[in-house]
Amino acid sequence: MSTQLPEQVDDESSADEVEPQPEAQERRLQKKRDRAAEQERQRQAEEAEKALDDEDTYHLKVFRYDPEIAGKKEPRFDDFHVPFEKGMTVLDALMYARDTYDSSLTFRHSCRQAICGSDAMFVNGSQRLCCKTQLSDLEEPVRIEPLPHAEVVKDLVVDMEHFYDQMEAVEPYFQTNDLPDGELEEQRQSRENREKVKMSTRCIWCGACMSSCNIAAGDNQYLGPAALNKAYRFTMDEREGEEMKQQRLEILEQEHGVWRCQTQFSCTEVCPKDIPLTEHIQELKREAVKNNLKFW
Amino acid sequence: MHEHDVIVVGAGGAGLRAAIAAQEEGADVAIVSKLHPVRSHTGAAEGGINAALREGDSWQDHAYDTMKGSDYLGDAPAIETLAQDSPEEVIQLEHWGMAFSREEDGRVSQRPFGGLSFPRTTYAGAETGHQLLHTMYEQLVKRGIEVYDEWYVLDLAVSDEPEPEDRSCHGVVGYDIQSGTIEGFRARDGVILATGGLGQVYDHTTNAVANTGDGVAMAYRAGVPIEDMEFIQFHPTTLPSTGVLITEGVRGEGGILYNEEGERFMFEYGYANNDGELASRDVVSRAELTEVNEGRGIEDEYVHLDMRHLGEERIVDRLENIIHLSEDFEGVDPLEEPMPVKPGQHYAMGGIETDENGETCVSGLYAAGECACASVHGSNRLGGNALPELIVFGARAGHHAAGRDMKEAEIPTGKRGDWEAGDVDTPVEPGDVPGTGAGDAVADGGAAASDLDPDELVQRATERTQVRIESLLDNEDGRNHAEIRSEVQESMTQHVNVFREKEGLKQALRDIREAREKYAEVGVADQSRTFNTDLLHTIETRNIIDLAEAITLGALAREEFRGAHWRKEHQERDDENWLKHTLLSWNGGSPELWFKPVILEGEDKRYEPKIRSY
Ligand SMILES: Cc1cc2nc3c(=O)[nH]c(=O)nc-3n(C[C@H](O)[C@H](O)[C@H](O)COP(=O)(O)OP(=O)(O)OC[C@H]3O[C@@H](n4cnc5c(N)ncnc54)[C@H](O)[C@@H]3O)c2cc1C
Ligand code: SF4
Ligand code: FES
Repeated sequence: MSTQLPEQVDDESSADEVEPQPEAQERRLQKKRDRAAEQERQRQAEEAEKALDDEDTYHLKVFRYDPEIAGKKEPRFDDFHVPFEKGMTVLDALMYARDTYDSSLTFRHSCRQAICGSDAMFVNGSQRLCCKTQLSDLEEPVRIEPLPHAEVVKDLVVDMEHFYDQMEAVEPYFQTNDLPDGELEEQRQSRENREKVKMSTRCIWCGACMSSCNIAAGDNQYLGPAALNKAYRFTMDEREGEEMKQQRLEILEQEHGVWRCQTQFSCTEVCPKDIPLTEHIQELKREAVKNNLKFW
Repeated sequence: MHEHDVIVVGAGGAGLRAAIAAQEEGADVAIVSKLHPVRSHTGAAEGGINAALREGDSWQDHAYDTMKGSDYLGDAPAIETLAQDSPEEVIQLEHWGMAFSREEDGRVSQRPFGGLSFPRTTYAGAETGHQLLHTMYEQLVKRGIEVYDEWYVLDLAVSDEPEPEDRSCHGVVGYDIQSGTIEGFRARDGVILATGGLGQVYDHTTNAVANTGDGVAMAYRAGVPIEDMEFIQFHPTTLPSTGVLITEGVRGEGGILYNEEGERFMFEYGYANNDGELASRDVVSRAELTEVNEGRGIEDEYVHLDMRHLGEERIVDRLENIIHLSEDFEGVDPLEEPMPVKPGQHYAMGGIETDENGETCVSGLYAAGECACASVHGSNRLGGNALPELIVFGARAGHHAAGRDMKEAEIPTGKRGDWEAGDVDTPVEPGDVPGTGAGDAVADGGAAASDLDPDELVQRATERTQVRIESLLDNEDGRNHAEIRSEVQESMTQHVNVFREKEGLKQALRDIREAREKYAEVGVADQSRTFNTDLLHTIETRNIIDLAEAITLGALAREEFRGAHWRKEHQERDDENWLKHTLLSWNGGSPELWFKPVILEGEDKRYEPKIRSY
């Protein structure tokens, strides 16, 4: 863009060379170049100013709703303009808006480091952790909404009960009958096996995957990607033993279990912990098939 | 009114372990927590958990390192308990399925950590806390332990006898964040506070936004002494823009610190010639700030932590999440560039005074985890020693509250053992929020309420809390808490930080006093009963003010240089006068300061203070 004007000048100058009176011509040309340079300087200055402005404040459009307060019961979007600093995240911007403009703006957050899983929201049309999302990576205005497919409690806070219930439905706890003798003996696990379950243990219960899943949106009983991943974590842990594995697969094979997944990958795309959710679910399906074969 | 045998306040590592232990004793136990358990800050712990598990190591060595690291301000009975119980507790976690990192032979891995004479830090990648928190929560689900999640505990129901040692605790007052209802919780056998850290007293901290020290402040206002509050640990490697922690594991694996001139200053400037980067946290924090103050910092603010030479494979294997943290929160790829780091508030060594069984001087009231001070860490906590503390003392408090017979505690609490009165020369009269009288101290030691039965006590506390909440909500146009909070945080960061001097400490007290005056006019703009975070943050801000004052008073009183507590005017550790703990109690609305001696007498030896050199 910035090279456009000088280039035009160059084109003109070559065309002008055939003109007679070279001196007058040169003067005229010089004037033109000067004018062009001046214009370019101005344009750049304007751009710089605009860029500065852009960097100066960020425009947020934030979903608001309060079931109790007259005038807030009707869902709406509020605009906030937040001064920008390098490195600022969506969460920083929300906190700024709340602390400076409207102390009733409500959202969950705590760790600020992508580990408590409490600030998953719908930002510019996709599920993200606000604390992990740099403002500078987003188009303006930044639209911030509560997670879709969950009941809104207030502003950006959604009811997580259903998510927790699904997580707890898969018996999400280690079960083994095979503990070593001796209180101070650990139950050995191979490095390969730990590596295999490693990604699945990283889930922070943020609910982003569940919120992005079409199947879960249509089938309230579907266990959903997070719970299935939790089940994967234990099913694949060699320390639980074969018997327990069978038992777990039976839970997963039920009507609202693994077979509901249609491998749309939306969960995998949004997971802030990069857990290969779809792949894990596919692997559980394969295990389930193998499991059935055993009984036939 | 809800009723249970044992009520645990807080669902981090300490709270979860306490609840499981109480249930093991057959108690009907419930957890009340302002965050859902998996949101607790224990999940953020990275580096690891210490336990003497291997041949060549012993609990005695663990205890010795801890005592030395504490700069001889830890109590031997607590330290030895920690070192003795942690192997069993860590293996217990392993049996619950925790995904520890593994050695070739399938056993759990251990790595070196600062101040340890043996590589005894057991870990799960650089996400040990996450794995620990989730593993314990899974056990909670398995056992069907009841959790009131997103319930904020506002107050304790403590009886009113004039002396705290005669009081007893019968329950708590909870506030349902989702609906705004206030209800009493009666605890038949005991209340265990496990509310975690207080990092929000500072503006640059590794701690979560929820870490506002609520439990410590509530106990303090109920007359329970709080101990060694001046000892705040600053972690030497936090990211400058957010305070996000870069684990000590990076230095444990061989990461190197450089100043702007590219010098490996820990050695070249002789801060810790033997241990270099792996010296204790206080030593490294001071070294970094000295570099910055003497003009060798980068952008006058931070230093570099370099781990590139460790090689991608090792980094990915052991420190993978550090790559993400550095990229997401600082925009630096640590495989390509060194990470910028500076010291940040990290851990409160002090807290609610307890004995080695987790009990306070108020009967039926226990505390465990970061909110408590059984005096394991003294004036400086070693990395990897907080997580074992959660499970060791969480379990003990749980067992004890539920009625298990414990060996009688050797650590005295309250004004029971030896103690001497202290005096601090302060520029302002510390204490209460003006205009609200002493009324907001929980137990003001005057009323004849000791005649009330436990249910009535809980009822009374509930009503008092209702009045307090109503008055905050009534003052719709009052001051916003956010401004007051940030003034306190900034003053603390300026004056009560890694380096401390008398005038600065006094200035902090004046600032805190001003904050108290402003707080008398605080109000809540949000009038909704549903998920009113404005109200909660307003209440937390009061806790921050009280704790900031306690930290500063302690720092002013301690006229020596020990562990994390550096004083410009007092550059020597003074064992002759200062082998003692500072205690503060707020009895009837004004703080009182006193001291009790450190216990250096262990099971079969006496720990002799030595100069701590690295
Ligand atoms: C970033 C980071 C890294 C760390 N790394 C390590 C490490 O590698 N090794 C190590 O040993 N230590 C480490 N530590 C220290 C250690 O993790 C903490 O000290 C410890 O996790 C605190 O646990 P806790 O159970 O006491 O509190 P938390 O886990 O903070 O839990 C507090 C609980 O109390 C609840 N709560 C608080 N106030 C209220 C209230 N008013 N009402 C109801 N509930 C309430 C909260 O909801 C929460 O559930 C680290 C700390 C940080 C911050
Ligand atoms: S699997 Fe990923 S997206 Fe789903 S809850 Fe866990 S961390 Fe969040
Ligand atoms: S605030 Fe904890 S995950 Fe974002």
